[in-house]
Parts: sequence; C-alpha cells; structure tokens
Amino acid sequence: MDTMRDRFAPVVSRLLDEDPRVAVVLAAIGTDGFAGATRRHPDRVVDVGIREQLLIGAAAGLALTGLRPVVHTFASFLVERPFEQVKLDLGHQEAGAVLVSAAASFDWPAGGYTHMAPGDVALLDTLDGWTVHVPGHPDEAETLLRHAVAAGDDKVYVRLSVQANGQALPVDGERFRTVREGRSGVVVAVGPMLDAVLAATEGLDVTVLYATTVRPFDGAALRRATEAGGTDVVLVEPYLAGTSTAAANDALSDVPHRLLGLGVGRRELRRYGRLEEHVAAHGLDARSLRERIAGFLGAAVRV
Amino acid sequence: MTDATRTSTYTHADLPGLMGLMTGDEKHGPAATSTLDVVWVLYDRVLRVSPEGRDAPGRDRFLLSKGHGPMAYYAVLAAKGFVPVEWLPGFGSYDSPLGHHPDRTLVPGAEIGSGSLGHGLPIAVGTALGLRAQGLDEPRVWTLVGDAELDEGSNHEAIAFAGPAGLDRLHTVVVDNSSARYARPGGIAARFEAAGWSALTVDGRDHEALYTAFTAPHPGRPHVVVARVEPKSA
Repeated sequence: MDTMRDRFAPVVSRLLDEDPRVAVVLAAIGTDGFAGATRRHPDRVVDVGIREQLLIGAAAGLALTGLRPVVHTFASFLVERPFEQVKLDLGHQEAGAVLVSAAASFDWPAGGYTHMAPGDVALLDTLDGWTVHVPGHPDEAETLLRHAVAAGDDKVYVRLSVQANGQALPVDGERFRTVREGRSGVVVAVGPMLDAVLAATEGLDVTVLYATTVRPFDGAALRRATEAGGTDVVLVEPYLAGTSTAAANDALSDVPHRLLGLGVGRRELRRYGRLEEHVAAHGLDARSLRERIAGFLGAAVRV
Repeated sequence: MTDATRTSTYTHADLPGLMGLMTGDEKHGPAATSTLDVVWVLYDRVLRVSPEGRDAPGRDRFLLSKGHGPMAYYAVLAAKGFVPVEWLPGFGSYDSPLGHHPDRTLVPGAEIGSGSLGHGLPIAVGTALGLRAQGLDEPRVWTLVGDAELDEGSNHEAIAFAGPAGLDRLHTVVVDNSSARYARPGGIAARFEAAGWSALTVDGRDHEALYTAFTAPHPGRPHVVVARVEPKSA
C-alpha cells in the first residue's frame, strides 16, 4: 500500500493544475514529487530552501495576495520550529494556509527524537481557529487534502503518517463516524489508531467512534454516543496522550462522566528501532489498548 | 471623520503636531521619530496606494515590520487620510484601534500587524511571490525594518532567499539608528549585497536623498535602502 505522503504531491499537483489560487511552499523536503508541477507552474511552487521561518512567513504573504498556500515539511519543522510564525503570520494576520506535515509522532524511529512531533496537535490547540485533519488511510488523506485546500481561507493542518488502517472509510472533513455500537463505554479512535482500537475492543460492549477531523472537535457526536453508550469515554490518539481530553470534557460538561486519554507518552523514549516497537512502548498496540480500555471501563464492558 | 480635502493638505511640517496628539508632547525621542522621514517620503512620493484603493490588487504594499514606536506611521496614515485624525488622541487605549504595535485588522491601510520583530520581511517575500504568481508585475512591495531587528534569523532567511530568487519587486528600507548589538560599520548593506541585492546607504533625514535611493533602478534584483539616522542612544 502506498503511504499518505505518497498521495500528497500527486493530489496537490492536480489541484495546482485545476485552481490558479493554489500555491505550494516547500523547504527542501518533498520537492521531488513536485518536479512536474514546478515546470508547469514555476511561480506557484516555491522551495525556500532549509528556512522554516521563511516557509511560514512567505506562505502568509502569498495568502495576503489572495493565493491559497499549501505548506509542507516534517511536523517538527512545520509546526514546532516556526511556531511564532504560525501564531502571528497566519493567526494574527488572519491569513489562511494549509499546513501538511509528514513524519507524525514517530514515523521514523531510527531517526530519533529530532524528527518526532507527538506534540504538534496539542501545540496548535493553543491557537484559535485551526481545523485539524488526521487521516487514517491514504484514500482518506486524499479526500481530506482536497477538503483542506477547498476550505476558503481557513487555517487547516493535515497530519500525514505512515501509520494507517487497512481499509479506508468515507470521511467528510467534519464529523466523527460511528463504527461500532455498545452500551458500556465510548471509545474515540483518531485516524491511524482505528484498526488497533477495533482489535482491542473486539467482544467488548462499547461504541467506537472514528475521528479523522479532530478540530473542531465533534462534541455533538460524542454527546450522542454517550446517550446509549454511557458516559465513560476513552480517547485513543496517535499523538500526545490527553490532547483532546479538554475538548471531550467540554462536550460532556453538564453530565457526570469519566475520561481516559490514551496516546503517545510525554517522556522522551530515547530509543531508535521500528515503528511497531514505539507503538508498543507507548501502549498503543491492540493488546495494551485492550488492557487499558477494559481496565478503565470495568467488568460491565465484557459481554 | 476628516474629509479628503482637509487630509490632502497635511504636509511634513504637520507630522510633529499629529504625533503630539498621540503622546501629548510635541517633542519625541529618537525611537519614535527615527522612521518619520522614511515613512513620509514613501507615502508622499513613492508608494502608489490611496485610502480609496487600499484593497486594490494592483496597489503598492508597505509592510511596517518594525512595529515598535508606530506613532510616526500612524501620523503619516492620518496625514494621508487612511485613518481619521480624530483617532490619534486615543492611542493605546482600550477603545482605540491604534495600539503600541499596529494590528492590520484594526488599522485601515496597515498591510500587516507587527511588533514581534523579524516577521515583516519574510511576509514581504511571500507577498512579492504571490503578486508575481498572479502576473501583477506593477505593484512594488516595501518593508521597513530596524537595524537591530535585522539580527533576527528570520530576516537572514528572507534576505538570503530573495536575492537569488530575483524578487525585483521587493524593497526593504532599514532604518539604522545604530541600535544593533555587535554591529559592524557598513555591515548592513554588505550583508544584503552578498545575497545579491541592490543596496544604497543614505542620510535618513534627507528627503531628496531618500527619494533618489527609493526610486533607483535595480533590474532583476531586490533593493535595499539603508537610511541612517542619529543613534538611538544619542
């Protein structure tokens, strides 16, 4: 199977052909995929070199002239290094852009912590007005990229990962999707966590919601799910554990509820190795998830 | 609201009085006035932008990157009719659109909000790229930075990119009041020139010299004018 990132350049290259507003801004990463598009649209594919502050500042300038910039590099360099530019050049200036990251939380464990960004979504949560898409499959990534570019002048973050589910589901760029229904708890699986969550909850009496657009958080869907599924809620996110607990808490603020946030641990692991080894180390493999979800929900969840 | 007939009569001599409306004082420290002549000459003689055409795609852009001490900027915007003179006395108050750092969403004619140093030049680079990509070859993009502001690494990224990229619609004016740490005489122009810019250094109080430098041809290259004014500490 190809990766989400494999889809990025072909999809956005087509959008460059179709829509004269679209521009791509790169910082020496991912340029090969745009070789053809660069020849066709030399003024709308810009590689600023290894300059991530300029990457975001230039995107803001492009947006202020009316273009729709799509900005791409690894998450660490896209969100974390130029964070003040994201806050001011896009947010404060009211300039829109589509930020598309790669490498996710630990897509390249052998590369070490310098190329890991488990805190990207939590960091964007300190800002107002960002839409955040976390696709769980390359087909979903393609759909959500198109949604993101078409979203007027909105500020949109699309988080691409090599972690993916086996099957794509229909995604609409807004709502959570009910994948399974039960009465003894609600589990929200974000993007690439769905397969592990479905395996972990096999035979458990729980509702599983699938979230590929996490900001704005679909609090209404969570609320509806808890009406039949009970107000014990587990969030399983492929980035920093607890990133969405505040949003879930707000959705349930007027009913008694319990919340467990699972995701990538805050402590730096200082290990290389393979992706699966990091998934397991953070307790995000199906077996660990089953233990933690069942433990939190208690005896009633076992049917 | 001040009418257009009256705003058009303001001259450079009126600017201290307009600044006085913001501070209650007609004497201003160098920090507040270091940009005054530069901004005046740009708005009076160089920039093709008007209050009526402030959203026109073909307008020239002026991005005030050095958003500290914006009284001179507000005074010029008021003199040229972008903001009502009546707004000036409220400077910095809760109900005023005029803050100690400008906000583009509140100040008519302000292309960017600024204050945090090192953001204007990178945004100006993107603006020049965006205009070029849309075939808008006429508008010129100007940004004003301070000499100390140039220490920000984001500016180095923008300078190093814009020269080789041949962004000849991009212009920077550096108001040099000798406030940078570890400055080297002549270093500002040399730094831009090394990156492929056209560079001129002039007396930042001499309107004719500024005008000549601002309008000097620079085919195929971005252009910087270093406008030297009295040292901040003087």
